Amino acid sequence: MNARLRWRKFVSAFMLSMTGICALVAVSALFFILGYLVFHGGASVSWNFFTRLPAPVGETGGGMANAIVGSAKLLFLATLIGVPVGFFGAIYLAEFSGTATAFVVRYAADLLNGVPSIVIGIFAYTLAVLPFKHFSTFAGGFALGLMMIPITLRSTEEFLRSVPVSLREGAMALGASKWKTIATVIVPSAYRGILTTVLLAFARVAGETAPLLFTALGNRFWSPGWRQPTASLPVAIYNYAISPYEDWHRQAWAAGLVLLGLILIVNIVARGILARGIAVSRS
Amino acid sequence: MHASVRPAVSVNIPSTGTNNAARESAAALAMRMTVSKVNFFYGSKQTLFDISMGIATNKVTALIGPSGCGKSTLLRTLNRMHETVRDARLEGEILLDGKNILSQDVTSLRRRVGMVFQRPNPFPKSIFDNVAYGPRINGAKGLIAESVEKSLRRAALWDEVKDYLHKSAYELSGGQQQRLCIARALAVDPEVLLLDEPCSALDPISTAKIEELLVQLKESCTIVTVTHNMQQAARVSDFTAFLLIGQLIEFSPTPQLFTTPGDPRTEAYITGRFG
Repeated sequence: MNARLRWRKFVSAFMLSMTGICALVAVSALFFILGYLVFHGGASVSWNFFTRLPAPVGETGGGMANAIVGSAKLLFLATLIGVPVGFFGAIYLAEFSGTATAFVVRYAADLLNGVPSIVIGIFAYTLAVLPFKHFSTFAGGFALGLMMIPITLRSTEEFLRSVPVSLREGAMALGASKWKTIATVIVPSAYRGILTTVLLAFARVAGETAPLLFTALGNRFWSPGWRQPTASLPVAIYNYAISPYEDWHRQAWAAGLVLLGLILIVNIVARGILARGIAVSRS
Repeated sequence: MHASVRPAVSVNIPSTGTNNAARESAAALAMRMTVSKVNFFYGSKQTLFDISMGIATNKVTALIGPSGCGKSTLLRTLNRMHETVRDARLEGEILLDGKNILSQDVTSLRRRVGMVFQRPNPFPKSIFDNVAYGPRINGAKGLIAESVEKSLRRAALWDEVKDYLHKSAYELSGGQQQRLCIARALAVDPEVLLLDEPCSALDPISTAKIEELLVQLKESCTIVTVTHNMQQAARVSDFTAFLLIGQLIEFSPTPQLFTTPGDPRTEAYITGRFG
């Protein structure tokens, strides 16, 4: 074996091990975070954490029931806003792809996806907080919904476009109108992908903090209805983590663990749905 | 060009004979559809040039020619499927029972002129729901089960699938899927059935079944089929049109076109000198 060949073999082995190490770092980041959260917050995740309101300053114990319910309400509103707009927008894009309008819509969605979440927060603040002169669940849900639109839109479009043209033609040749074709053939063929998209968009905004800081604000008590400030898990984590109290730090870790657990579960369910296959065989 | 609106049948049909035979030949000449002076463009590229031909009622008309000759394009104009392609433009006139299809409502036209595609394209639904799709979107209530059975019988598929109607259509073989697609098209009771190389993705046995089926179906339905298989055209069709680079070169009764072609280019093609 001459020197040149040895050198080549060395470079090859070196580069391959580098890729392996980088892949390992990428994966281990998740497990490191998860482990860290369990280590610091695991002990504080108790029945009380899910059922009790925060304890007054100075007392230990208490829970984050209001933040959990608040997050659920915010995400419900966000889904109500983001999913229909994203879904129907995606149908428009898939149907009229190639037109100038579609290009503009697609490009705008990509830009919206890139808008920093704090800016979305300011926008929602101006639109949904200032006119009513108070922070509200509604404003928070609106901000999160805005963030869901481009995510739902672009991925749903991809799944709709992956439905073979032959199915579309089959339906149209039977006298189905454009809308009938979409509603009875295209969407049912892509529904697994669409469902996955919705779940991933949901998981993506579930952890957003910045858009909620000056829309939903935060609340140490229950927030009845939709027109008052509400607690949410991400904002609660933020407030507890910057507090000077040891007990609150533990609660923040616990909230982080609960939030991450929720997002992981939604992600795994979404992958599971997709793994069962797109309903259409690609022949 | 030897193209004319009617196939050049005079050679084949005896000019003398009983009244019965005369009536038969007259019936044979009734035209379900008439294509006249059709020019077709994709953007600025013209792909069909001045095509005129008749589609005889309850006969099988075959369109043959080398790849890219425009036979599929011509077929797709007959139920306006060409409109799904952007920048497609059609000039001329296509009549169905004497009325111009280009000025009709496109969805009701496609219910009267059905289409089966090159590759089987069943929907990701059950066998039953595939066949029931057409009647359902047309607002049929009740009797759908009967219509499904009738269509599957007409497509010679009933006996093979009657116990599995609620299984996914994807569990059928390719040939069965194609017959399912034919059944699906028949379920809306079309007057004309267009087939775009229906056997090109199938094995010889499935192909034979579909060919047999076409001959049976023409009793109740007018059929136009595109094929690049000349033996197939010779076996199943009553009239054959030969196209070459967007032009209709010859249109005659099938036996005549294959035995005594009127154009040297037809002869060259059917004897395999090009294509």
